[in-house]
Amino acid sequence: MTVAIVNYGSGNLHSASKAFELAARTSGFSGDVTVTSDPEIVRRAERIVLPGVGAFADCRRGLDAVPGMIESMSEAVLLRGKPFLGICVGMQLLATRGLEHETSAGLDWIKGDVEPIRPTDPSLKVPHMGWNTLSPSIGHPLLAGIPTGDRGLHAYFVHSFQLSAKTDSDIIARTEYGGAIVAMVGRDNIAGTQFHPEKSQKLGLALIANFLGWRP
Amino acid sequence: MLKFRVIPCLDVKDGRVVKGINFVDLRDAGDPVESAVAYDAAGADELCFLDITASHENRGTILDVVQRTAEACFMQLTVGGGVRTIEDIRKLLLAGADKVSIMTAAVQDRNFVREAAEKFGSQCIVVAIDAKQTQPGKWEVFTHGGRKPTGIDAVTYAEEVVSLGAGEILLTSMDRDGTRIGFDIPLTRSIADSVAVPLIASGGVGNLDHLVEGVRDGHATAVLAASIFHFGEFTIRQAKEHMVAAGLPMRMD
Repeated sequence: MTVAIVNYGSGNLHSASKAFELAARTSGFSGDVTVTSDPEIVRRAERIVLPGVGAFADCRRGLDAVPGMIESMSEAVLLRGKPFLGICVGMQLLATRGLEHETSAGLDWIKGDVEPIRPTDPSLKVPHMGWNTLSPSIGHPLLAGIPTGDRGLHAYFVHSFQLSAKTDSDIIARTEYGGAIVAMVGRDNIAGTQFHPEKSQKLGLALIANFLGWRP
Repeated sequence: MLKFRVIPCLDVKDGRVVKGINFVDLRDAGDPVESAVAYDAAGADELCFLDITASHENRGTILDVVQRTAEACFMQLTVGGGVRTIEDIRKLLLAGADKVSIMTAAVQDRNFVREAAEKFGSQCIVVAIDAKQTQPGKWEVFTHGGRKPTGIDAVTYAEEVVSLGAGEILLTSMDRDGTRIGFDIPLTRSIADSVAVPLIASGGVGNLDHLVEGVRDGHATAVLAASIFHFGEFTIRQAKEHMVAAGLPMRMD
């Protein structure tokens, strides 16, 4: 049972892999967590994690630069229904298009565009950076057992763009920052978090543990 | 609702913490990783390492420290000090830093900010500004620990680096640094109100009211302090409880 964290040159994956290893140990998950840029390992993986930091277009180019990676991910996730988690720009890449600096195509697994955050209160700073709470719009197995809402646990965000999902039911949770911001999307075996679970302490480790046990 | 952040800062020299923390029983108070883990457990919202290694040969030591820290704790880590090239930033990010703060190199060449932000994304480029008051309502950017004037107006400079792609400003008042009499509020507010990105206030914290003032009066979105935490005078928890009591939203998970 392999959890593949896809490495396509988008920054450091140490903390992501360490967080997954820790969550695996504490949740009794019996499998290995591997950081890989090998499409064959991704194709055969039982669970796939797509991280991502930086700009949308750069990440897309990075993903394209690994021959066969998108095909392998698509096969595992869309054809064979393997659980998938996108993190930050890895979540944004699920969209139809990204509009950061230039217009570039996403994976189009979740319909919608990645657009700039525009808080209604002009004194609010962008990037939306720091700890914020989640307001789930639907019950989702990845949030099982996690206290959410105003008095719930916090997630760490750092982003200037958000995935405005076209289909309301694809939005799992929002957060509040001068208006509602999409915090989590998903459908079927696909999920994505705008925040960084690997940097979100209690909430993050619980969410990762939920992902490792998720049977969509 | 987004919470304000409390950020302890550790000075690291040749891979060791200078003036290390002593509020918990650490096996090795000079070990940055142990200190980072302690702050993580104490509820710090982020952590900052300032590398003050002087000799060029030892500059690599910070990379090892960052890598071991990123493996041991899951909190946002900003690393600054002596960052001069795109390659320096790349190495720190690859070692596990979430954000890199640049100072002198940005003063010397503004294009460095643009280049860094384009390469790695604004979210990980912090521009550190050391400022000193020159006349009422006027502050100048200084480098070299406040010794070297640049002739550059601090507010104008902050606006410029943000327009070039800085994702956050780390502002230190050199007049207040080490004084323990509180942030330079007019300076903090002047810059916080003129840029659209988050601002971390630094320099001068001596008590918990100062942290409240930095956010409430200075309009900072985060406050950075060193000595009040390192010596166990106040815990991170006490600091955050004090800020909550003053009506500021804080993460108390």
